[in-house]
Amino acid sequence: MDFVAPVLNYALLAPMLIVLGGALLGVLIEAFAPRASRHNSQLFVTIASLVIALSALLRVRKQVSVSAAMGSITFDGAGVLFQAAILVIAILSVFLIADQENFTALAASVPGSNEERMAMYTDLRVTEVYPLTLFAVAGMLLFPLSSDLITLFVALEMLSLPLYLMAGLSRRRRLLSQEAALKYFLLGAFSSAFFLFGIAYIYGYSGSVTFSGIQASIMGGAGNDVFLLLGIAFISVGLLFKVGAVPFHAWSPDVYQGAPTAITGFMAAATKVAAFGAILRIFYVAFANAEWQWKPALIVISIVTMVFGSVVAISQRDVKRMLAYSSIAHAGFLLAGVIALSKAGLEASIFYLFAYGIATVGAFGIVTLVRDSAGEVTDLNRWSGLGKRSPLIASAFAFFLLTFAGIPLTSGFIGKFSIFSAAYASGSTAVLIAGVLSSAIAAFFYIRVIVLMFFKDSIEDGTSVVIPSGLTTTTIAITSVITLVLGIYPAPLINFIASSAFFIR
Amino acid sequence: MNALTTMMLLPIIGSILVAIIPSDQVLRIKQAALGTTLLVAISGILAWIKFDSSNTALQFVESVKWIPSFGINYAVGIDGLAIVLILMSVLLAPIVVLAGWNESEGGRWSAKVFYILILVLETMMIGVFAATDVFLFYVFFEAMLIPVYFLIGGFGSGDRAAAAVKFLLYSLFGGLLMLASIIGLYVISGANGGHTFDITRLSELHMQMSSMTQNLLFLGFFVAFAIKAPLWPLHTWLPDAAAASTPGTSVLLLGVLDKVGTFGMIRFCLALFPDAAKTFTPLILVLSVISIIYGAFLAIGARDIKRLIAYTSISHFGFITMGIFAMTSQGMSGATLYMFNHGFSTAALFLVAGWMQSRRGSSTIADFGGLQRVTPVMAWSFFIAGMSSLALPGLSSFVSEFLVLVGTYTRYPVAAVIATFGIVLAALYILIPVQKVLHGPTTPGNENLPDLNLREKIAIAPVIAIIVALGFYPSPLLLVINPASAHVLEVQGFTDPVPSESAGK
Repeated sequence: MDFVAPVLNYALLAPMLIVLGGALLGVLIEAFAPRASRHNSQLFVTIASLVIALSALLRVRKQVSVSAAMGSITFDGAGVLFQAAILVIAILSVFLIADQENFTALAASVPGSNEERMAMYTDLRVTEVYPLTLFAVAGMLLFPLSSDLITLFVALEMLSLPLYLMAGLSRRRRLLSQEAALKYFLLGAFSSAFFLFGIAYIYGYSGSVTFSGIQASIMGGAGNDVFLLLGIAFISVGLLFKVGAVPFHAWSPDVYQGAPTAITGFMAAATKVAAFGAILRIFYVAFANAEWQWKPALIVISIVTMVFGSVVAISQRDVKRMLAYSSIAHAGFLLAGVIALSKAGLEASIFYLFAYGIATVGAFGIVTLVRDSAGEVTDLNRWSGLGKRSPLIASAFAFFLLTFAGIPLTSGFIGKFSIFSAAYASGSTAVLIAGVLSSAIAAFFYIRVIVLMFFKDSIEDGTSVVIPSGLTTTTIAITSVITLVLGIYPAPLINFIASSAFFIR
Repeated sequence: MNALTTMMLLPIIGSILVAIIPSDQVLRIKQAALGTTLLVAISGILAWIKFDSSNTALQFVESVKWIPSFGINYAVGIDGLAIVLILMSVLLAPIVVLAGWNESEGGRWSAKVFYILILVLETMMIGVFAATDVFLFYVFFEAMLIPVYFLIGGFGSGDRAAAAVKFLLYSLFGGLLMLASIIGLYVISGANGGHTFDITRLSELHMQMSSMTQNLLFLGFFVAFAIKAPLWPLHTWLPDAAAASTPGTSVLLLGVLDKVGTFGMIRFCLALFPDAAKTFTPLILVLSVISIIYGAFLAIGARDIKRLIAYTSISHFGFITMGIFAMTSQGMSGATLYMFNHGFSTAALFLVAGWMQSRRGSSTIADFGGLQRVTPVMAWSFFIAGMSSLALPGLSSFVSEFLVLVGTYTRYPVAAVIATFGIVLAALYILIPVQKVLHGPTTPGNENLPDLNLREKIAIAPVIAIIVALGFYPSPLLLVINPASAHVLEVQGFTDPVPSESAGK
């Protein structure tokens, strides 16, 4: 049997390879660099590889190829947009991660042990988080470009495994953090099993694992539709788990709360872009012609997700849990873009993902700043009167909340408008109505936080906003400006997305 | 530059100026704010003079592409109805600033924030009346909630936070319903010759809609407007908001913001969905009549002056809505004139009530008595404002109320007859407090109240002058309003009923 060497288009794969290279370099630094210089060199390598990857991506943004890696990766306009969004969000998140105050000194130590105390005493700093971030980013970059189910699964695991670890790195309340990590891991493994099961069914249906092969056999209509339906259902479970859609959302409030806040922000924003990228590609390409098989179910999931997320968020007393439920609601809104199954839906989804991701990183960046002597304060009651003590930070947070609520002159409004209009244009009136009603419900809890910060008197319990480090300030400033600019003058980005948002088959 | 755009830019420039002035120079800040609003008022009067009343087309038109891929333009232009309301808004703004010279001092934040919010609000008030692009209108409609929210919650009195939240949630709920309708219009316009938000092109679209679609879209708009211009049973936010706001904010809230609702009914509900408007007219007339009577009864029972004024406004908005949906030219003209007059008579009432409250430290009617002798100027101002509110002939509201009733009677005699009882009740709800507060012996606690000072006299004088002048000579306004309201009705094919010559054969 002849062995044919795989033909790889390195220029198109460069962004992923650069990030992976940076991650491997990070592992070497972790092993060999002296402890004192580790943090700075890790930070440098991480930022540098992300920036270089972004510039490599921009260089090839106009190219289109189905054979970048033997048909396993499709490089097209939509893929470029997803990758660019992930890289931008990753860079901004790494700025937050660089603030080491949030991370455990020694991840391997048992909470409460002598070893942990010693590590704290000698001022150890965890630096594994940087290579882990890069590995996760590499998986995220691959995820929306995968064009066969095996690659999709590899990418899914590649992005998930580092995230499981990163969720457990919190410095304070470590048991909660480790519980979150374990929960995330177990449920994630469970959903991966579903996903694999679905792949098996799809292979049984079409005899192929490539998206184009699946599409061809759906169009041919020769296979057993029961296998197709089961396959789509199980694969959807795996993907919907990642975006936190109801009823596969149970992990997200606990993980959001337990994970270090900088990681939560990264996870909430970047994972969502990657996972929705993959969802959009698989439904728009592989399963597009089986629309009648999945659309009704997805409409129901979308509506239930947005309503459930909005309603449950109302009763949350913890800012990170509230943002978790808010992100569940947003997953429901984003599913409206998948349901639309049109170019307008794709464009709207990409805009929404970018706008939401940026605002999410900014919002979690602010959460890292509100602290007392024991660490971050996430109890909402203790946020009262924050507007009096730190008007600027409170105003920025209020602004992000208004974005999530979709008030005009913020990017969230443009996103909401475009995604709902795409869904309605495709005939999903129910999604539109559920969308505006749950937005109205959601407005309630966003506004409640604004009331707390601005209209309630502060309680003197040592809660204060720490002076942000330069990098954190940069992230908050950049995310606020992007959110505002996209709200007032989104035309350039919309046109850019419109010009390159397409999937090739 | 376009006159409307200039008028909208001026307050923004003013707010930047206010932001630059150091916070401790409060007088400077107030002067800058007053100067800006005066400048805007002058440019408003100039626009009024230049306005050609015989021309029923939109004037001062400007259109710039904003988000081309969605067909969204920055498009402004005004007809006779819009110029009247813009004139009212820009005239009220400097009066509010001058009358409430010390209002900002009881607030949570500095005077600077207060005046920045007022000025930003002024831009949006002009924009919302001037917008001829539905999307632009919606942006102003929603965005203006935010400054008002902070004005009530930050500078009001009593349970200001709760009132602010109630106001915001009601308005957002209505706004989101309207968003659903706007998305519907957007999608329908896309299916009929390209996406657009241009009001003129959208008004031709109703031919293409099924009556079901038209009814639903109409309701989305109408509910939003009925919340704004509070119509029973959606009025419950208003008394709380009016009682908790500073007098100046109340003037802007009831005088200007609520008019956006009635203005929107003419501009959008009638123009875009004429058939649906006809379908719902009976229901809306019933709600209007209930508002007139119910508001009046609430006002009679009110114990707090500010709540009393809010309740009378509910009654007055019932008249305005009735005049609009009578769909006769007198009714329409009367309703528009009513909007203008209501702005000034409410302003006078609220300003005087505010001064009474700041002097006496209470706004309960029972705490006052015999002010006529102690503070004659203040008492006379209150008296004239009250008489205007009950539509005494010779004062401005009489003309408009009369026109509304005549216009309604020609088509819906029963509604007009029942509404007439509202006038009788108005005499009760105005005369009882006038008697209690102004006449009779001076009750303890009121003996040493100071009369209006020069600043307050300057502020109230133009309001009283307008009330009296328009009562005797309303034609300058009617000259502008009549052709415009006839045009509105004519375009969508509403005709005045022909009066029957003789009842007998």
